[in-house]
Amino acid sequence: MTEVGLSQTRHRIIIRASSGLTTDRGVTDSMIIEQRAIGADVAPLPAARRRSHRWLPVAVLLAPSLLFLGLFTYGPVLRVIGGSLIVGRFAGDHALGFGNYQRLFADPHFARAALNNLIYALGTIVPSLVLALALALALRETNRFTAVLRTLVVMPLLIPLVAAAALFTFIFLPGDGLLDFYLHKLGVPMINWLGDTDLALGAVIAITVWKNTGYYMLFFLAGLAGVPQDLVDAATIDGAGAWRRLRSIVLPLLGPTFGFVVPIALLNAITQVDHVVTMTQGGPSDATNLLLYYIYQQAAQNYDTGLASAATVISVAALLSLSLISFRLIERGVHYES
Amino acid sequence: MRTRGRIIALLAASAAALIWVVPFAWMAVASLRPGVPPDIASLTPSGPFGLGNFVEAWTSGSFPLWYLNTFLMCGGILAVQLVTISMAGYAFARLDFPGRDVVFSLFPLQLLLIPPLLIVPNLQTLVSLHLYDRLPGIMAPYFASAFGVFLMRQTFRAIPKDFEEAAMLDGASIPVLIRHVLLPLARPGLVAFAIVSLTAHWNEFLWPLMAVSSPQNQVLTVGLSTFTSGAEAGSDWGVVAAGTFFVAAPLLILFLVFQRRFISSFVSSGIK
Repeated sequence: MTEVGLSQTRHRIIIRASSGLTTDRGVTDSMIIEQRAIGADVAPLPAARRRSHRWLPVAVLLAPSLLFLGLFTYGPVLRVIGGSLIVGRFAGDHALGFGNYQRLFADPHFARAALNNLIYALGTIVPSLVLALALALALRETNRFTAVLRTLVVMPLLIPLVAAAALFTFIFLPGDGLLDFYLHKLGVPMINWLGDTDLALGAVIAITVWKNTGYYMLFFLAGLAGVPQDLVDAATIDGAGAWRRLRSIVLPLLGPTFGFVVPIALLNAITQVDHVVTMTQGGPSDATNLLLYYIYQQAAQNYDTGLASAATVISVAALLSLSLISFRLIERGVHYES
Repeated sequence: MRTRGRIIALLAASAAALIWVVPFAWMAVASLRPGVPPDIASLTPSGPFGLGNFVEAWTSGSFPLWYLNTFLMCGGILAVQLVTISMAGYAFARLDFPGRDVVFSLFPLQLLLIPPLLIVPNLQTLVSLHLYDRLPGIMAPYFASAFGVFLMRQTFRAIPKDFEEAAMLDGASIPVLIRHVLLPLARPGLVAFAIVSLTAHWNEFLWPLMAVSSPQNQVLTVGLSTFTSGAEAGSDWGVVAAGTFFVAAPLLILFLVFQRRFISSFVSSGIK
């Protein structure tokens, strides 16, 4: 989702509403929200102007937040960059260089973790977003039945990923486990889901899709509530089929929702590895090793802080560059939804 | 035609929801089956049923301690966050100062750089602050909250200035304004933030695992991971299910009771 897509959507909503052709409540509300989102950073605050030169209150009010941001966000970034460039310590003296990065890029485990993380990101984001959107479309109307189905799909969001891992460890257990128990009744032979190098990453992906789909569905439900029904009805009268309405009306209007959900899903794909830690430890033979687990291994198990720091810098750089556009979208998304 | 499509869509959604609920169904059924039944995977067993697994899980794990530590961690994080985000949220919502937008733009990076990602420098920081292997060490990285600051800025801005201006005429100071005028009016925002914060930290695993090494400082998720690996080794799957229930149940029950609140909080947040 690009920024162009977002502003086109916004443009369309504002033009539709300001043209006065519609009295639909949804449009009016979304226009107000849009205006607030646009005007939020522009509108001057006259009352605040008068206090513009009082620095002390500003400093005192912001000090606690900035202190902890410095200690645990900005400070660590600088330290990890520095740490990644330290290649040797001799009696209190540091040698600087790119040796850690050379070792990192020569390490086949790191290459495997990076590739796995790419597969994991695509394998979790695409199915869970498609499924979340499909469920949101199916459960859009609110009644007792759809409310129960929504609850069932959202429930995994509320449990810790380690708790999900504990349940799925049994589900994937070879032989006596839940999946094999029921597959056996269908005549399927025993499968070692987590022990097979070809299946293990898929099994880990399945857990993540199970856990996160309901979360994304909530955003699509909220986004769908902002799609004006008269627009959909007009298209229906004009003879547009369900697929055409989805592609030409609903999906474009869900642009801001996508711009908001995709970065969150991306962030989850890089930062949520609890199930890898407790279920597979990256195995078998690196089949489920992901970037953050690799960093954890180097830092907490091999005590190779140089390599761990270099891997952190590369992972953070990847995360930042992938989220470059989405940063602003996240912020706008917050305005849009609230 | 249109109704037929709707029915098919609802049937497909029902099938998905049915698959989605299987892990929970198994947890409930298996936790109520004492001993080691050979068909422990069955979702429709004939019994016998009992609470033996819960008793065994409770006595073999340190659940009271893990609950206490988790309550202290979640409560401590939230208490400090409410102070820091109210203060910063007020500054960004109501005070005009040069560089305000630049300072505000420093916050979003925190959403991406979660503590476990920066394990190497964060552990060094904890050690130098003498916070390693202590609960405040788990909490400290969360004391500032970018999401909380965004939310409070928005919430404060939505409150009409009349209230504050009246209080200011009476000579109220900024702390009094925030504490007694704005915060009572900002309750929906505070509740939304509290739900998101408690859910995120109750469920968190990797950072508490890294920041603490002694068993007496473990939280529920970390305790559960050691507990289940022990029970799994003995194939005590009913006990695993009961232990998992202890960890998952509190938030699940709260969610089922206050569903509307939870969902609107998650939607207004989007950022855990």
